[in-house]
Amino acid sequence: MSTLPSVRVWESHLYVMRRIWKTDVLLNLLQPVLFILGMGLGVGSLVDRRVESASTLGDVPYLTFLGPGLMATTAMMIGAFEALWPLLGGFKWGGSFEAMAATELTPQQVVRGEVLWWTTRCGISVLGVAVVLLCIPETRSIGIVWAVPVATACGVAFAALTGSWTSTREFDNSFSNISRLVITPLFLFGGAFYPVSSLPDAIEPIAYVTPLWHAVELCRDLSLHRAGWGESLVHVSVLVGFIVVGWIMCQRNFAKRLHR
Amino acid sequence: MIVGENLVKRFGDFEAVRGIDIRIERGESFGFLGPNGAGKSSTMRMIGCVSPVSSGSLRIFGLDPASHGAEIRARIGVVPQLDNLDTELKLIDNLVVYGRYFDIPRKECLRRSEELLDFVQLADRRNDIVETLSGGMKRRLTIARSLINQPELLLLDEPTTGLDPQARHILWDRLYRLKQQGVTLVLTTHYMDEAEQLCDRLVVMDGGRIVAEGAPRQLIVDHSSREVLELRFPAGTNADFESALADIGDRREVLPDRVLIYGHDGDELLRLVHARDLHPESALVRRSTLEDVFLRLTGRSLVE
Repeated sequence: MSTLPSVRVWESHLYVMRRIWKTDVLLNLLQPVLFILGMGLGVGSLVDRRVESASTLGDVPYLTFLGPGLMATTAMMIGAFEALWPLLGGFKWGGSFEAMAATELTPQQVVRGEVLWWTTRCGISVLGVAVVLLCIPETRSIGIVWAVPVATACGVAFAALTGSWTSTREFDNSFSNISRLVITPLFLFGGAFYPVSSLPDAIEPIAYVTPLWHAVELCRDLSLHRAGWGESLVHVSVLVGFIVVGWIMCQRNFAKRLHR
Repeated sequence: MIVGENLVKRFGDFEAVRGIDIRIERGESFGFLGPNGAGKSSTMRMIGCVSPVSSGSLRIFGLDPASHGAEIRARIGVVPQLDNLDTELKLIDNLVVYGRYFDIPRKECLRRSEELLDFVQLADRRNDIVETLSGGMKRRLTIARSLINQPELLLLDEPTTGLDPQARHILWDRLYRLKQQGVTLVLTTHYMDEAEQLCDRLVVMDGGRIVAEGAPRQLIVDHSSREVLELRFPAGTNADFESALADIGDRREVLPDRVLIYGHDGDELLRLVHARDLHPESALVRRSTLEDVFLRLTGRSLVE
């Protein structure tokens, strides 16, 4: 019985993960939980006192507004970081991609395996956040369950886009700038903490071209049971579009690098 | 088994391999000998189907790497120049994971892995993390890993570079056994003793070209003398003795650290040197090696 090549690539990650998954999953959960508590309870108690705020947030408590978006931001971070150091390591320090390339696997199959792995990795973290959200009365909603695949797709989109860039790198010295200049600003301005309509008009459109905002919006709409078909379709299309673009670029760059 | 005609590998403007012809038969043990940058590794990567041929033709098992790369790679084993083991994993897991890339069922992977760990004498380290191994052990593990798909052809890029003499001898022994089992070995090296030990036939490469080809012994007979006399004079004075030695032996090479005199009988050469009242700090008579062949063909030492 034969196994799909991409699944065989994915398996190799499981071997590494098998050793470190417990601490890894817990640490990845820590950040969203801290934000739920710190922002949701702390900032939330201030926000919820103002009557106008409620209408801006869609007539829900701040914690309810915030929770679902954190699924998307968590996925973004996990996805992006998975495609920085670990990915360059596959070309350089450990050389696992080079090792795979010497076998019957093609670069395309290696990328497919990576996409599968990113999906798993982001999916597990998103599930963790979802479980936490389901435990809190303010954020508990069946829509959280539907938001899981949406947030996961957001993570995969970031992994694929980041990965396509990382696979052209020789050194990791610019990696921390990605986190400072791209990930952190998106985290703050991507609509997870407040509606982007609150931002100055000049900055607002930037949010619309990032996968994060679309994922945050859709996750929130789903959990608040207010997702319309039209808007949802746009959000999903954007996410899928970014994944496809990132994936294609990864395939091209992996092939160039592994079969040079 | 491998036929290459007028093979060229270009990276931008740089030509790493400049039109070489190779023909390697099944069961043969074939070597690429040359200094760093000679084009050995580029050639190996082309044969390993991870580097497209820039021009010329290459057939492995009669197949074209451009269209049948994956199919060819499924039948070869590769020991890259730098070990790319997963250092965070156990030895056994490294082998099983790699075997899975070839779609070998997990149970069978495990069976072969145990056997291979035994073969490379690492069975007692089975459950250790790779990071804890010595360089020689890692090399042996990489060789074990390259055999998991029971390859017909094994490509080894500088298999023993950086290893201590004992580790090298263990590796040579394992490779010799593989050869006896009928595995075709293709290796690169810049150690002449390694090439003499392991290769039935070899090519000497320099600057992307093949400068000589043949069996190790034959190359020595063709391009060098039977024996070599190595003389050391006080530092910096080797060149001064060149004219004084001018008519001794078949040929002379003046290197920065010693003077080499080539001839049939080294002791006789040394007697002639002494007869001229020349007194080197040290004198050594040895058999001619591939190093001498390389020196003769390129005017440079192999290991600089």
